[in-house]
Amino acid sequence: MTERDTFQTIDDVLLEYERTEVIAPLEGDDGRTRERAAGAGGAGGAEGTPGGGAGDEAPRPRSLVSRQVLSDRVFTSVSFAAGGITVAIMLAVGLFLSIRAGSALQVAGISFLFEQEWSPETQTFGIAAVLFGTVTIAVIALCVGFPLALGTALLLSEVVRGRLRSFLVSLVDLMAAVPSIVFGLWGVFFLQAAIIPVAEWISHYFGWIPVFAVTGDDGQVLTEASAFTSSAFIAGIVVGFMVVPTQASVMREAFSQAPIGEREGAFALGATRWGMIRTVVLPFGRGGIIGGTMLGLGRALGETIAVYMIISPLFAINWQVLKTGTNSVSALIALRYGEASEFGLSALMAAGLVLFLITLVINFTASSIVARSRSGAEST
Amino acid sequence: MTTTYEPAADFDEVEYEAEFDGVAPTTIPDRSGEEIGPRRTVRTSTLDERFNVLGALAGGLAIATLLFGWIGPLTGVIGWIVVAFLAFIGLYMLLVSLRSDFQEVKDRVATVLIVSAGVLLFGALVFIVVYTLIRGAEALPYPNFFTQTMELTGPLDPLSSGGILHAIVGTLIQIAIALAITIPLGIATAVFLNEVGGRFARFVRTIADAMTALPSIVAGLFVYAAIIQLVTHQRSGFAAALAITVMMLPIVIRASDVVLRLVPANLREASYALGTSRWRTVWHVVLPTARSGLVTAVILGTARGIGETSPVLLTSGITAVMNVNPFSGPMISLPLQVFDFVRSPEPNMIARGFGTAAVLILLVLGLFIVARLIGGRGPGQQSDRQRRAAKAESMRDLQRITVLGDRVAAGAYPPRPAATGDYAEPATPPTRPTSEPEDQK
Repeated sequence: MTERDTFQTIDDVLLEYERTEVIAPLEGDDGRTRERAAGAGGAGGAEGTPGGGAGDEAPRPRSLVSRQVLSDRVFTSVSFAAGGITVAIMLAVGLFLSIRAGSALQVAGISFLFEQEWSPETQTFGIAAVLFGTVTIAVIALCVGFPLALGTALLLSEVVRGRLRSFLVSLVDLMAAVPSIVFGLWGVFFLQAAIIPVAEWISHYFGWIPVFAVTGDDGQVLTEASAFTSSAFIAGIVVGFMVVPTQASVMREAFSQAPIGEREGAFALGATRWGMIRTVVLPFGRGGIIGGTMLGLGRALGETIAVYMIISPLFAINWQVLKTGTNSVSALIALRYGEASEFGLSALMAAGLVLFLITLVINFTASSIVARSRSGAEST
Repeated sequence: MTTTYEPAADFDEVEYEAEFDGVAPTTIPDRSGEEIGPRRTVRTSTLDERFNVLGALAGGLAIATLLFGWIGPLTGVIGWIVVAFLAFIGLYMLLVSLRSDFQEVKDRVATVLIVSAGVLLFGALVFIVVYTLIRGAEALPYPNFFTQTMELTGPLDPLSSGGILHAIVGTLIQIAIALAITIPLGIATAVFLNEVGGRFARFVRTIADAMTALPSIVAGLFVYAAIIQLVTHQRSGFAAALAITVMMLPIVIRASDVVLRLVPANLREASYALGTSRWRTVWHVVLPTARSGLVTAVILGTARGIGETSPVLLTSGITAVMNVNPFSGPMISLPLQVFDFVRSPEPNMIARGFGTAAVLILLVLGLFIVARLIGGRGPGQQSDRQRRAAKAESMRDLQRITVLGDRVAAGAYPPRPAATGDYAEPATPPTRPTSEPEDQK
C-alpha cells in the first residue's frame, strides 16, 4: 500500500489496482502465471491446504517476530520522549526545590519545624506558625466543605435524575473551574461583612470552648467587629467552598458505583431511600468519601490567593480561629518572595518543599484509597 | 383515562393449541373487557408531601423574621438564613410525623438535608458569579475599558479613562504559549501511557499524579528561582507561561488519559487486524475516536490555566502598559490585574477590579460552555453532522466499488488473477475439501 489511506477518486483506485495487482503480472510471462494460478487452485482443492505456496515448495514455518516499521519506531520513541519530558519537568521541580531548600535547612536544622518567627536575615525562621495556620484553615474548610460535598454527591447520585442531573454535574465541574481570585474577591468584599455577626455570636455563646474564644493580649474578651476580621474562620469558609467540587465529584463517582443488586435488595426489604443510602450507598462509597475528602484537603492546603487576600499575616500560633490574624505557607511565600535575599529565598523554598511533601502524601494516600475502594466495589 | 385489555389481533388460539396436540403448556387467562387503571407515576411526591414542605418553609421563614425583627437581638443575613433553616427542619419533622412513622420521618428529613446541601452549594456558586458580574457592571459599559491600558490612568481617575486591554492581551499570549507546550506534550504523554505502556509508563503516570498535588504557589516559586533568577534575570510573560504550563500539564495528561482509556478496545483490535501499524492505529483510530474528549480536556485545562493567579504573581510582574513581547519586560494577565486593582482602596480601582474579574469569569464560562458542547458525548458517539458525513462517505465507497466492479465486468480491465509471484491465493474460495476423510482412511 502507498502512504495514502483513502482514495480520492475512482481513478486513484484504478491506478492503484493496475499498478499492484493487474498489470504487473501481465507484463511478465502471461502463460506461466495463468498456469501457476490454475495449479495453485487445483492443489488447494485437492490437498486442502489453501495458500500452501506455489507448486512443490514445502510451506515454510512463519516467523512470528514482528518487525516495526519506521513510522512505528518514530512514534514509540516520540511518545516515550514525551513521557520522559513530563517526568523530567516534575523531577526538576522536586530536585530544584530540595537542593535550593538545602542551605536554609542546614542552617535552621530541626528548629525549622518548631520556630514561629520568620526572619531569615537573623537566622531565626521556622514554619510552626504558618504550618499551624495552614492546617487550621484547611480543617475549617473541611468542616464547611465535607457536609456540603456529601449532601451534593448524594443529591446528584440518588435524588435527581435525567437532564437535571447532568446539568448539575456540569455545574459542579464549572465551580471547580471558577478562578480562585474570584472566590477571594467574594470573600473579601461580601462574605467578610456578612459573616462577622455569626462569628460574634459563636464567640459570645461558645466562648467557653478555647478555640472559639476571642480575647486580647491580657485575656479580656473582645467584642468589637474589628477583632473578627481577616480570621482563619473566614478564610476557611471561602476555601471550603473552593474544595467542595473536588470532593463532591469523587464522592459522586464512588456512590454511583454502588451495585444495583444491593440497592434493589434493600428496597425489596422495605427500606426507605435513606435506609438504602445508609446501608448500601454509604458503605460502598466509603473509600470515595475518605479519598475525596483527602483530595479536597490537599487542595485546601495549597490554596494561595484567596487566603492571601483575606487573612492578615501573623507569625505566631493563634488558637483562636475567630480572631483576626493567621497565616499559611503559600501566603507566606506570596508575601515574602519579592524582598527575599538568596538565603531568604532558600528558606521560602524549604517552606514550599514541606507544603509540597504534605500535599503529596495526602494525594497519594487519597488516590490509593479511591482506587482500592473502586476495585473492591467491582469484585463484590 | 381507562383502557381495556384487548388480546392481540393475530393470535389464533386454536392454532396455538393444535401445535401442542391440543394440550397447551401455558394458558393465558381471558382478560378481555377487564379494566386497567390509569398508569401511576411513582416518582413524584403526593400533594400531602408538597404541602408539608411548603408549610414548613413558610413557618420557618416567619419564625426567623419574627425572631430577628421583633423578639431577639439577632442581626445579619447569614444568621437569619441559619435560623430560618433550623426552624424549617423542625417544623417539617413535626408535620411529617403527624402522618408517618419514624422511618419515614428520617427518610424525609435526610432527603431535605441532602437537597438543601445542593441548594446551598449551587446557590453559592450562582451567587458568587452573579455578585462578581453585578459589581463589575459598573466598569463594563465603558468601551474604553476594553480598548485602553492603564498607562496614563491614575487611581483617582474616573472609569471613563483607562482599561484592561494590556491584561487581556497578556492573558492571551501567556495562555497561547502554555497551550503550545501543553497540548503536544500532554496528549503525547497520555498516548504513551495508554498505547505504549510498560513499566516506565506506570512510573510516568505516578509522577503525573504527584504533579497534580503541586501547590500553585510552589510552581511559581520554582519558575521564579530556576528561570528568572538563573536564566532571564527579569520577569516576563514567557516565565509566567512556563509556570502556567507546569500547572496545566498534569490536568491535561490526566483528563486525556481517562478519555483515551475509554476508547473501545475492539476498535483498536479491528485496526490491528487489518494489518495497520501502531502509529496508524493511534492516528486514524484512537485519536479521532477520542477527539471530542481530548478537546474537552484541553479546554478544561485552559480554563484552569487562565484563572491561575499565584504562579503568575511570582513570575510575570505587574505593569500598566501594553507589552506584546513575552520574552522581555513584565506582562500582566487578567487574574493578576484583578489582584492589583483591588489592593487599592479607591472605589474606582475596586470597580475596575470587579470588571476585570467579570471579564475573566465570562471567559472561563465561555470556554466551559464550548467544552460541554464539544465533549458532551462519549468517545465514538457521533453528532448528527458527523453521522451524516460518515454516511455520505460510505455511500461514496459503495459507489466506487460498484463502479469498479462494473468496469471489470464490462471487460475494460482484465479480471484479477489468482496468483502473483510466489504468493499464491486460491482462485476458488477455500471450500472445505470433501476428500479429506477418504485420505485419512
